Amino acid sequence: MYKYIYILLLSLLFNQDLTVDDIIDKIDFNLNSENRVLTSTMIVHGRRTSRTIVSKNWIVGTDKAFTEYLFPPREAGSKMLKLDNVLLTYSPQTDRVIQISGHMLRQSVMGSDFSYNDIMEDRPLNELYIAKIEKNEYINERKCYVLYLEAKVDGLSYPKRREWVDQEYFLPIKEELYAKSGKLLKSTSMDGIKKIGNRWFPSRFIFKDELKKNSKGTEWIVDEIEFDVDMPKMLFSKSNLTK
Amino acid sequence: MINFLYKGLVRDRSRSFSPLIIITAIVAIIIFFSGFLNGIYNSLFFNTALVNSGHVKVVTHAYNLEHQLLPNDLALLEIEDIIEDLEYKYSDYLWTPRITFAGLLDVPDENGETLSQSPTIALGVDFLSEDSKQLEVWDIEDKIIKGKLFTNINEAILSEKLSERLNIKVGDIVTYIGATMHGGFATHNFLVSGIFNLNVGPIDKDMMIVDFTGAQYALDMNDAASEILGYEKGLFFDNKSTVETRDLYNSSYLDTTDIYRPFMLALRDSNQMGTIVDFSNVIMFIIMALFLIVVTLVLWNMGIMSGLRRYGEIGMRLAIGETKGHVFKSMVGESLMIGFLGSLFGTIIGISITSYLEKVGIDYSKAIDSLSSSNFAMPNVFYPQVTSELFYIGFIPGILATMFGTMLAGHAIYKREMAQLFKELES
Repeated sequence: MYKYIYILLLSLLFNQDLTVDDIIDKIDFNLNSENRVLTSTMIVHGRRTSRTIVSKNWIVGTDKAFTEYLFPPREAGSKMLKLDNVLLTYSPQTDRVIQISGHMLRQSVMGSDFSYNDIMEDRPLNELYIAKIEKNEYINERKCYVLYLEAKVDGLSYPKRREWVDQEYFLPIKEELYAKSGKLLKSTSMDGIKKIGNRWFPSRFIFKDELKKNSKGTEWIVDEIEFDVDMPKMLFSKSNLTK
Repeated sequence: MINFLYKGLVRDRSRSFSPLIIITAIVAIIIFFSGFLNGIYNSLFFNTALVNSGHVKVVTHAYNLEHQLLPNDLALLEIEDIIEDLEYKYSDYLWTPRITFAGLLDVPDENGETLSQSPTIALGVDFLSEDSKQLEVWDIEDKIIKGKLFTNINEAILSEKLSERLNIKVGDIVTYIGATMHGGFATHNFLVSGIFNLNVGPIDKDMMIVDFTGAQYALDMNDAASEILGYEKGLFFDNKSTVETRDLYNSSYLDTTDIYRPFMLALRDSNQMGTIVDFSNVIMFIIMALFLIVVTLVLWNMGIMSGLRRYGEIGMRLAIGETKGHVFKSMVGESLMIGFLGSLFGTIIGISITSYLEKVGIDYSKAIDSLSSSNFAMPNVFYPQVTSELFYIGFIPGILATMFGTMLAGHAIYKREMAQLFKELES
C-alpha cells in the first residue's frame, strides 16, 4: 500500500508536466539508438513443438539492419539485410539473394509471431502515430500510462495501437496492435528491463499473433546488446550477404 | 428342335439377318454408351482423386480442420508406421504419402537476381521410391510434353501454364520460397526437368510437382507427410466402398480426442464433392435408365413387327395342323436365339470399341477450357471404361425385349379361329 502511495507521490512530483509527446519521445529514446549490436535468442512456441533460433543483429538507426542466423544448423548461415524499404534474404541452401516484397512481407519470420513487415516498420513512434493518454493502470504492480495511438501516415500494418507505458522506465510493457477496423492483430509484452548506458531496455519480448489459432507466442530474448558501436559500412552491403 | 429352328433362321435370312443386325447394333450402342458414362463418371472423380483427395485419404484431425490453409505444421508424423498399418488393414488400396505445399516460385536471371515470381501450389508425389506405383497411377510420362520426369530430389516438373507464365524452359533453375513444417523460412533450388500438362483444365495452372522426398527435404518434414492418399487398386471410384472404409477406419480412433490422431476422408468429403458425387450418381442413373427404356422399346417393337410380318406363315402352319402352343414356342425360341446371338455379337463389338477408346480417349479440351473450377479437376480427355457390368448389361434388352415383343405378337396366334384360317388363305 505504502509502495503505491510512494509511486503516486513520485509520479505527481516528477511526471506531472509530462505531455503525451514527451512520453512517446522517451519510449523512442529507450528503444531506438544511433546503432546497436545484439545477439538474441528467439523461441518460437509452435502448436506442436518449440524452436530456438539464435541470431546476431547489427542495426543502424531505423534504416539499416543486418542479421545473421547462427542456430539451428538448418538456419545457420542465413542472412537478412534491410536497407531503407528493401528487405533482402540470403540462404546458403540456394546461394541466392532474394528480395522479400509484396505479400511475402506479411509472412512470418522463421515461423515466429512477427512478420517481415514488423521488421520493416520499426521507425520511431513519433514519426508514425498521434497519441493520447487514455488513463493510468497497473500492470504487474507497475503503474502505467495507457496510450492510444492512431497512425498519421498511410500504409502501416497496425494503424491503431494501445500501449501500457511503465511510468518509471518509459517502456511499453504491454502493447496491443490493431487493424484499421479495430480488430486486434497482435499483442506484445516485455520484461527483464535493465539499465544499459543511459537508457532502459528490456531483455525479453513476447509477441503473439492474435490471428494465429492456438498461437502460444514467440519469445525474443536479448542475450547481449551494445549501443553506439562502430560498424563498417561494408556490413550493410548486398555483397556481404553472400560472404 | 433347336437345330430345326436354327436351320430355319439360317435359311430364311429375312427372319434372322435383319433382326440380328439391329440387335447387334443396339446392344453395341448400349455397351459403348454405358462404358462411356462409366468412363465420364470415373474420369471426373479420378482426376480429383489424383490431384487432391485420393479415393480416400488420411490426415491429422487438426489438419482437416484447417486444410484450406495447407497447414503442414499439423502434418502426419511417423508416416511409415501409418502406411504399414493401412496396407495391412486395407489391402484393396494403394497407399502413398503426399506433401501439398504453397509458396512463391522465383526465377533468377544470369546474375542470380529475381527475374520473375509467381505463386505456386506444389505437390510432393512419391514417384522415385522403388515400390511406388505412382508412375502408373499418374501415367505421368504421357503427361510430360517437354523434357522428362525428375530423377532426383532436386529436380521438379512444372505445369505448361506456369512455365509459360514465368517463361521457364527445361534445364532452368527455379527457387521455391515458402515455409518449413516448423514455420521456418524455406528456400530450395529445383532444376526444371520437364513440363507437363495434366489435361485437367485450370487446376494445374500454378502447379509444380517434385518428388516426395524432395518436398520432405525442402520443408524439413522428416518422416512426415501432409496426407496419405489411398487409391482403389483398380483405380475405379466406388463411392459406397470409400465411405465404408472411411467409417471403419475412423471408428478405431473414437476413444481418443488427440487432435493429431489420423483421420480418414472419403473423396466425397472434399470440398462440395459429396454433392457432386450424389448429383452425378442420380444423373448417370436417369440417363442410363432413359436410354435403356428407349432401346428396349425399339427392340420390343422389332419383335412385334417380325412376329406380325409372319402372319401368313403362322396361319399356314396352324392350317396344316401345328398346334398353337407349338407355333408360339417356336417363335419365342427363335427370338431367344436371335436375341442371344445379337446380344453376344453386340457385346463383343461394344466392348471392343469401348476398350479401344479406353486407351486413346476422347478429347474434349476445347469444350472444357471454357469451364473453370478450383476444386473440381475437370478432365480434358474422357476415357470410356470397360467394367464387369458391360459383359451382361446388353443381354437384358437384347434378349428380353426381343422375346417379349415376339410373345406379344405371338399372343395373336391364340385368337385366330381355325374356321377363318382357310378363308384367309383362300384370299
